[in-house]
Amino acid sequence: MSSRQFAIQFTVNGQSARVEAPPLKRLLDVLREDLGLTGTKEGCGEGECGSCSVRMNGALVNSCLVPILQVEGSVVETVEGLTVDGELHPLQQAFIECGGAQCGICTPGMLVAASHLLSHTPYPTVDEIREGLAGNLCRCTGFIKIFESVISAAAKKGSQAHAR
Amino acid sequence: MTASSNLRTVGTPQLRKEGVDKVLGRAKYIDDLEREGIWYGATVRSTIPRGRILAIHYDARVDWSEFVIVSAGDIPGKNHIQMISADQPCLADGQVNHCDEAIVLIAHPDKRRLPEALAAIYIDYEPLRAVLSIEESETQEEIIWGPHTSEGNIFKQFHLEKGNVDSVWAEAAYIVEGEYRTGAQEHLYIENNGAIAEYDEVTGITVWGSLQCPFYVHKSLMAVFDLPAEKVRVIQVETGGAFGGKEDYPSILAAHAGLLAMKARRPIKIVYDRMEDLAATTKRHPSRTRHRTAIDKNGKLLAMEIDIATDGGAYATLSSTVLSRATLHSTGPYVCPNIRITSRAWATNTVPCGAFRGFGAPQSIFAIERHMEQVALAVGLDSDEIRRRNFLHDGDTTATEQVMVEPVILDTLLDRALEVSDFHARQSEFARLNPLSPVKRGIGLAAFYHGSGFTGSGERYLNSLAGIDVTTDNKVRVLVSSTEFGQGTNTILTQIAAEALGIGYEDVIMAPCDTGIVPNSGPTVASRTSMVVGKLIERAGRQLVTGLRQDAGLLDNYSTQDFFTSCLRYRELHGKVESLCRYEAPPNIYWDDQHYRGEAYPAFAWAVYVAEVAVDTTTYSAEVTNFHTVQEVGRVLNPTLAAGQIEGGVAQGIGYALYEKVLYNNGHMLNNQMTNYIMPTAQDVPSISVHFEEIPFAHGAFGAKGIGELPHDGPAPAILNAIQNAINQSFTSIPLLPEDIFIRVTSDAHEQEQITV
Amino acid sequence: MRGNPESHHFIDAANLDEILALLAKEPGEWTAIAGGTEIMVAHAAGRLSAKKLINLWGVPELSNIVVTETHLSIGGGVTFNQIRHDATIIAEFPLLAQAASWIGSIANQSRATIAGNIVNGSPAADAPPALLVYDAEIELISHKGTRRLAYSDFHTGYKQSLLLSSELVLAIHLPRHHEQQIKYLRKVGTRRAMAITKVALAGTASSVHHAITRIRIAAASVADRPLRLIATEAALLNEPLNESTLSRARKALWSEVRPIDDLRSTAEYRKQVIANLLDEFLTQIARSSPS
Repeated sequence: MSSRQFAIQFTVNGQSARVEAPPLKRLLDVLREDLGLTGTKEGCGEGECGSCSVRMNGALVNSCLVPILQVEGSVVETVEGLTVDGELHPLQQAFIECGGAQCGICTPGMLVAASHLLSHTPYPTVDEIREGLAGNLCRCTGFIKIFESVISAAAKKGSQAHAR
Repeated sequence: MTASSNLRTVGTPQLRKEGVDKVLGRAKYIDDLEREGIWYGATVRSTIPRGRILAIHYDARVDWSEFVIVSAGDIPGKNHIQMISADQPCLADGQVNHCDEAIVLIAHPDKRRLPEALAAIYIDYEPLRAVLSIEESETQEEIIWGPHTSEGNIFKQFHLEKGNVDSVWAEAAYIVEGEYRTGAQEHLYIENNGAIAEYDEVTGITVWGSLQCPFYVHKSLMAVFDLPAEKVRVIQVETGGAFGGKEDYPSILAAHAGLLAMKARRPIKIVYDRMEDLAATTKRHPSRTRHRTAIDKNGKLLAMEIDIATDGGAYATLSSTVLSRATLHSTGPYVCPNIRITSRAWATNTVPCGAFRGFGAPQSIFAIERHMEQVALAVGLDSDEIRRRNFLHDGDTTATEQVMVEPVILDTLLDRALEVSDFHARQSEFARLNPLSPVKRGIGLAAFYHGSGFTGSGERYLNSLAGIDVTTDNKVRVLVSSTEFGQGTNTILTQIAAEALGIGYEDVIMAPCDTGIVPNSGPTVASRTSMVVGKLIERAGRQLVTGLRQDAGLLDNYSTQDFFTSCLRYRELHGKVESLCRYEAPPNIYWDDQHYRGEAYPAFAWAVYVAEVAVDTTTYSAEVTNFHTVQEVGRVLNPTLAAGQIEGGVAQGIGYALYEKVLYNNGHMLNNQMTNYIMPTAQDVPSISVHFEEIPFAHGAFGAKGIGELPHDGPAPAILNAIQNAINQSFTSIPLLPEDIFIRVTSDAHEQEQITV
Repeated sequence: MRGNPESHHFIDAANLDEILALLAKEPGEWTAIAGGTEIMVAHAAGRLSAKKLINLWGVPELSNIVVTETHLSIGGGVTFNQIRHDATIIAEFPLLAQAASWIGSIANQSRATIAGNIVNGSPAADAPPALLVYDAEIELISHKGTRRLAYSDFHTGYKQSLLLSSELVLAIHLPRHHEQQIKYLRKVGTRRAMAITKVALAGTASSVHHAITRIRIAAASVADRPLRLIATEAALLNEPLNESTLSRARKALWSEVRPIDDLRSTAEYRKQVIANLLDEFLTQIARSSPS
């Protein structure tokens, strides 16, 4: 395998992606530069801020710390994949309604981390939300409206499930 | 107290205008934008705090023909970025005055080649003695700025006298003195600074950027490129947080990108990484404030003598206006017949300090609200009682002799704060339980005001213009240079327009924030957007409705459809549907710049904040366990956004108090990484309760006053007051880290240890 | 982003044997990368000196937690997310599960591996104190085979260890104790989450009639390496928990820690806080001791 260009195939938001990139290129850069998925943001480049959060094979990861070689054959989900049939995800709706997004730069990563949390903890307590989102720094909201957004989305998802 | 109203849009939680784009990840920030044929720029920065540049070497192992290189000699116009003084070079020429000052710019089509190229440019310096603290600057042994006289190293000074301070010391029942310090603080917007520039001989220069003040950048570019106004265009793109940190710095960055674009004849993008952004861009001014206060036997203030010193960094930038606001907030919300304030902003060889939410007020409010706590102890009154006895009321005068003509309801705010926090009961409970636990809990409060809008004559000089127009596809557009960077500008201004026009929120949009399209409604700073710019939009809306009634047959009780139908008619008559309004100062507002006297602000927002803390005596760490805010900000335009401003500001204030420390080594920021510059996470922010009292202010949009900066003013003193309540130790400096608490609480124990060991 | 991915050679291998063969063939040339939570940070900062990298992420031989009658074995490539959620670890080695849950954030835990945490050699690493009090053994593998040593001997200095350039961490083995133990773990950081340890102390103990019959204590960020506090343990073993024992324990503690000043804290603070944590642990022993 060449170190300069490396052909890699993986799935992003349900669609197959094939790129050629240096194997150490960050997943973050591949998403943004090679695939045009600029919803995933870079805030620190060192896994501290969570702006680049995506899910990889069901795990929450900082895409700035994942070399693309390790993504071969993986399933990656980004903020662009959160909508369902063109409809806003309950979390997206709740972030708008509850004021969970201010400047919006942390929002994509925050939403991905929150959706990861709800995927294994459908009705999280505030403490569970605090822990689940602790790796996603927001400088605008003081986090309070983000917690409210997650709680609201969880409640709505629950009531939808009941309705069915 | 809730303002009665028949408003339809204002005061309701309308959804954030650009919210859908943000949650979809579709909003385009500067680093999400590319242009055909773009190259990427990077900056060679000084590695010493002060010195002469002797030579610049380019390592021959790099093929420099692939790069475009720009230095001071390439600047077609003036080599300075002027905020207030023309002292800051766009690129250092011959001398550097702080670490990380820009010297050379390079650009290349492959951004990944830039770091190695930067490392291959070497600069020879003749180091000069650097001045790295307020105290060193004050000695004036080394003059690094200004004349070699007693004025040397001083960016600005104010002296203010009210009454006769010297007359009362002898009669005072108590005299309390104290010195209080605040550290630098980084804005830590999650989106770093960035800009894209394009240059064309015919059209001139265009810059897209993450920025707060498009017309500041516009003015800077005109000077640097020696271009007329019409050949400079600045476009704000979605901006990922600012907090004042994108008020002045983007002018430098835009000029850098522009210079490279002009030389390269291609679009240039410069986006800083976190390390560069932290090391090279502005911080909050560090400060030292000394108080000497005379109090009578009843706890009433007789005299306040206040001395403020701020560290402005290497260039003047905004230091004079930051100092002014610090000065005007330094007495707190108290009435005192005799006041003397002396304040100075000092030059040091550190990265220039700049605007940061609160703009000097958090520094001086920290000092006065910590000091009042010591006054309370000296007099033997409770924290609330000492404040209550000295609060400003309607008709009282401030330090600048401004008469409080608008209602002041500090007593109500204090009562409410005591009630929602259960202050006295909590205090007793903690006092009872603390002896039983290694974790000591405490509760503290702070009372304060924040002046809305520019200080003094600022708004008159700005002379802002703003308005609305109606497009042919029936959208009302808000025409302002006021920017959205999370605080909600888009939402509240469109709400105001919709309200004034009597149409739906969804029928109003923001015009692109492009200096080629929108008028100059002033910078987005100083908690002025809701009150000042909002008022212009309200007036423009009413003016348009009047015009439509007069010229286009708009009747009473019109529907949205009627409105747009009459707009069509108006357009046929006038060619366009546009309504602009220029700033008019509220009546009876007078400010004397020369004597620093008069109406410092047209309105004030008022607040009382309460913090609960837990101090762990095992680890010496303090954390905030609960926080209550009560404030009067005029009309609340959007309750969701307003509460979001308060919560976010409190969180930033908690960081300022307990977590965020900028460490310097010889003028260079040592901890310029998010892993070492510690801001509060989701697990560190306590529950924050937000309570508004609303007294509409006649000269603000639908009664609004300023709100954005207020919440950063109160947390630090409230928290340190709570810590004093918890462990009976008076700390006077922030950030207050566990290591600082450790030194204080163990100093006695250590002495004993050394004797016995 | 200050690193250039094209300046580094980065390859995948078919299996563990191939990786080991490569490490043996070109000793010192290759750096293994698993979750990347250290190496990718260095890369972004432009200070990744390793020019040749070999992928360890997802190597099956390193990815499992295995429970036998006598031991629990954690593969070197096991992530902290796996560790904090593993039922046996939660039940029998709760301090390790706890430490895992304090590492960085959820996103860091899903990538950071136990071998990475160890091999990186940071004195502030979160897992080592727990591993040290559980008498962990570390098993190293090279093309020649495996060797197993006491983990307490593994770190030899600041970022120095017994790991040879041809070796990888195959597994960590924890002997399963079934006796009732008093356990203690506390991490002190500047904030609650995403914190790098300023001081941490882990401890396990058994006591009978107020005397300590078995004790293990280990600490982070108080020396050039993760440290088992042998002298402190000795001062406490078989001693009654009284004032004079406590005083001797503290002296022993201060004789074996070497805290420093750095960006995150001060030596003096660390010295005092580690003693306070020890006090807290001993108080807990005294409280739980059956009389």
